[in-house]
Amino acid sequence: MWESVKEFASEFFVTGDPLIYGADVSIVLSMIAIVSVLTYFKKWGWLWREWLTTVDHKKIGIMYILASVLMLFRGGVDALLMRAQLAMPEMQFLSGDHYNQIFTTHGVIMILFMAMPLMFGLFNVIVPLQLGARDVAFPFLNALSFWLFFSGAMLFNLSFVIGGSPDAGWLAYPPYSELAFNPGPGQDFYIWGIQISGIGSLMTGINFIVTILKVRAPGMTLMKMPMFSWSVLSSCIAIVFAFPILTVTLALLFIDRYLGGHFFTLDGGGNPMMYINLIWMWGHPEVYIIVLPAFGIFSEIVATFSRKKLFGYKSMVFAMIIISVLSFLVWAHHFFTMGSGADVNAFFAVTTMLIAIPTGVKVFNWLFTMFRGKITFETPMLWTVGIIPNFVIGGMTGVLLSVAPADFQYHNSYFLVAHFHQVIIAGVVFGFFAGLYYWWPKIFGFKLNERIGRWAFWLWNIGFYLCFMPQYALGLMGMTRRLYTYGWDKGWFEMNLVSTIGAVIMGAAFLVQIWDIAHSIKHMKRDTTGDPWNARTLEWSIPSPAPFYNFAVMPQVTSQDDWHERKLRIEQGLEKPAKVELEPIHMPKNSGIPIVMSMFWFFVGFGLIFDWLWMAVPGFIGVIGCMVVHSFNYDTDYYVTVEEIKRTEAEAGRVIT
Amino acid sequence: MANVNAGHHDHHPDQEELRTFAFWIYLMTDVILFATLFATYIVLQGSTDGGPGPKDLFQMNGIYASTFILLTSSFTSGLAILAMNKGNRLALMNWLGVTVFLGASFLFLEINEFMHLVSEGATISTSAFWTAFYTLVGTHGLHVALGLGWMIILIMQIAKRGITPVTKRKVNIISLFWHFLDVVWIFVFTIVYVMGVN
Ligand code: HEM
Ligand SMILES: [Cu+2]
Repeated sequence: MWESVKEFASEFFVTGDPLIYGADVSIVLSMIAIVSVLTYFKKWGWLWREWLTTVDHKKIGIMYILASVLMLFRGGVDALLMRAQLAMPEMQFLSGDHYNQIFTTHGVIMILFMAMPLMFGLFNVIVPLQLGARDVAFPFLNALSFWLFFSGAMLFNLSFVIGGSPDAGWLAYPPYSELAFNPGPGQDFYIWGIQISGIGSLMTGINFIVTILKVRAPGMTLMKMPMFSWSVLSSCIAIVFAFPILTVTLALLFIDRYLGGHFFTLDGGGNPMMYINLIWMWGHPEVYIIVLPAFGIFSEIVATFSRKKLFGYKSMVFAMIIISVLSFLVWAHHFFTMGSGADVNAFFAVTTMLIAIPTGVKVFNWLFTMFRGKITFETPMLWTVGIIPNFVIGGMTGVLLSVAPADFQYHNSYFLVAHFHQVIIAGVVFGFFAGLYYWWPKIFGFKLNERIGRWAFWLWNIGFYLCFMPQYALGLMGMTRRLYTYGWDKGWFEMNLVSTIGAVIMGAAFLVQIWDIAHSIKHMKRDTTGDPWNARTLEWSIPSPAPFYNFAVMPQVTSQDDWHERKLRIEQGLEKPAKVELEPIHMPKNSGIPIVMSMFWFFVGFGLIFDWLWMAVPGFIGVIGCMVVHSFNYDTDYYVTVEEIKRTEAEAGRVIT
Repeated sequence: MANVNAGHHDHHPDQEELRTFAFWIYLMTDVILFATLFATYIVLQGSTDGGPGPKDLFQMNGIYASTFILLTSSFTSGLAILAMNKGNRLALMNWLGVTVFLGASFLFLEINEFMHLVSEGATISTSAFWTAFYTLVGTHGLHVALGLGWMIILIMQIAKRGITPVTKRKVNIISLFWHFLDVVWIFVFTIVYVMGVN
């Protein structure tokens, strides 16, 4: 008996690595800590009522952001481990196998479990407020999306300590990801972790398209809509077209692995190249899905901190739509070298280069918005300005990569690694940081400390350039991607060392940001205005943090940058602050179904990963059960009374008579 | 409050209309899902790896029958909508019931067909062709099964609540879904079966 338990445990848990034992211990300790704190302060009921069952878009957004920061930490530790291994030739720190697992989990976590939820977090907290809406179109679905993302992410992260991590790269190319070469559960963790959270992303896409197209404040025509909302719309349209392809691709790989199918195997007539086409038909648009909202964020910030209307609004909208369409026509540039032939390569090279045009338009529009503006450099603006040179370099190296014949030199080299980190870190992640600094007061009701924020900004940027600029050169010198060790004879030592130092500085920058948050909470200065940056769009017209019903009275929109225009008119005495008529507000009720249903999904995934049908089947029945229960529930909303609205507004410092 | 959607004159949008719109978008994602599956099927069409192919094993008579049954069920789901718009609750429930019965017959025939193919030695792991075949046709079958369960739940809700704006929207949506599955089946029928045996 004891022997078989021991044998099971040694297969089930990952053993034999001190790093992982350390992780085991810290996971158990933090679990114990969380449970005891919650129990000691009797917070379980509060946690359940206020957060776990909430359908409030602002709280869901905060949970997304929190989860994403945790994942940034995890992915960042992975990055530091890799850079430590590469700091010197002939390092013995990580084994080759371990290195494979780490670059795989790093890539997956950063893109799917860090960038995506950070983006969804910003969608959630801001878009309804910008639109002058009370909530997203489907609050229940929104909560379900979050919890699906969360279970998928947890499932994926578990692979580190249970069963073993995937090691076939962030896109899991077959035949290596097939059962024959990759039997362990790691690859199945990959499939189910991404699949479950991917379904959540797809639903978020649908939810926000409907919200933006149908739930705007009266008077807000599409051409008066703030630019961030436009960017969210274009990103969501891309989600709706791209994510079903991912769902299918992962399902096919699963069928191969679990049911003995032959989609991508080397035997039985399978075609591995088909996987590579499919995954990039999702994978390339995915990159634009995360970058488009960052474009929206820059547009808002540039206008606010230049005290000017955004230059070329219409061309911005147009550029975004073109980008989201073109992003579906370029996927093959990821495998120019894999024998598609000259004509095909030429087509994809040209479409790829075309994307540079609308992107260039946007950069020029931001510059023209700043031109002759009264610019101030608070942290959000600092990030935005800092990103522009990054984008220019990243864009140019991208065009270099898109020259098909030249790509035979760059393909899978460190040049590529430097390029995509330049656009993804310095475009997307820094862009989302800019958005976080900008909207932080709206979300939490106080500003972050400017001085510490500046430190973080400079550390991130210096670290970034130190880390990735040498990698361009390393790539040209022949260092390939996914390499875990190299010899002294290559002459790569110095630049790799610099690169690692840069990575460490970025790690420090992350810690400074955490310190910024802690410090600002401790010395909190409440924002009583609701509009600390003197901004232009509707979200700034209500108190910070926004009351749970957002707008006590629905705004009536008459122009672009409506809030800014209204402030001007009031200043010039052309308009008096409107007298308000309060009415009861219709709100959705909280629900426990999203979290419970996602837990069942977790069991489905976990059961299938370990081939435990006794767990997967009940899990599946639970999922269906939750849907049925929800379908029969007609009691999903309630009204907030006028007295409660008055009381809430008064607490936020606004007296409504 | 029996029906929160009717009457109250606040500015928030009509929930039933929103849901219908969202369902159209969902259908678009399903179109892409099936398009991807069709693409893989077409790529792998000839990859029988020396094993049996469509010409050897497909039995078209059964396929004609199940095609006919599915098309009829699409028609009866249309009759259900007509009955609903006339406010005839009993007829609505009956037509939905007939649709469920026809859909279940379709599924029964499909499962039979699969069992027959397996007994002839064509399993999902026989060759890439059969993997693609079972995945594509099976995904359509799964959608049909889902639609059936959903329709049964709806019949129960109509029995309990009658024809309200909410149940009305739900019936409209399921019938949309059902027509959609019909269209997908026509593609399956042509691309997989008719082109497979010719
Ligand atoms: C913050 C500092 C970061 C550092 C120091 C870093 C470092 C690295 C390193 C060393 C690799 C492995 C390259 C190789 O050997 O092939 C890598 C791969 C990768 N990184 Fe990062 N990274 C960072 C942030 C990010 C972020 C923010 C993202 C995305 C949002 C990201 C996405 C990826 C992806 C997709 C891969 C490819 C994984 C694969 O080869 O399958 N990284 N990174
Ligand atoms: Cu690409």
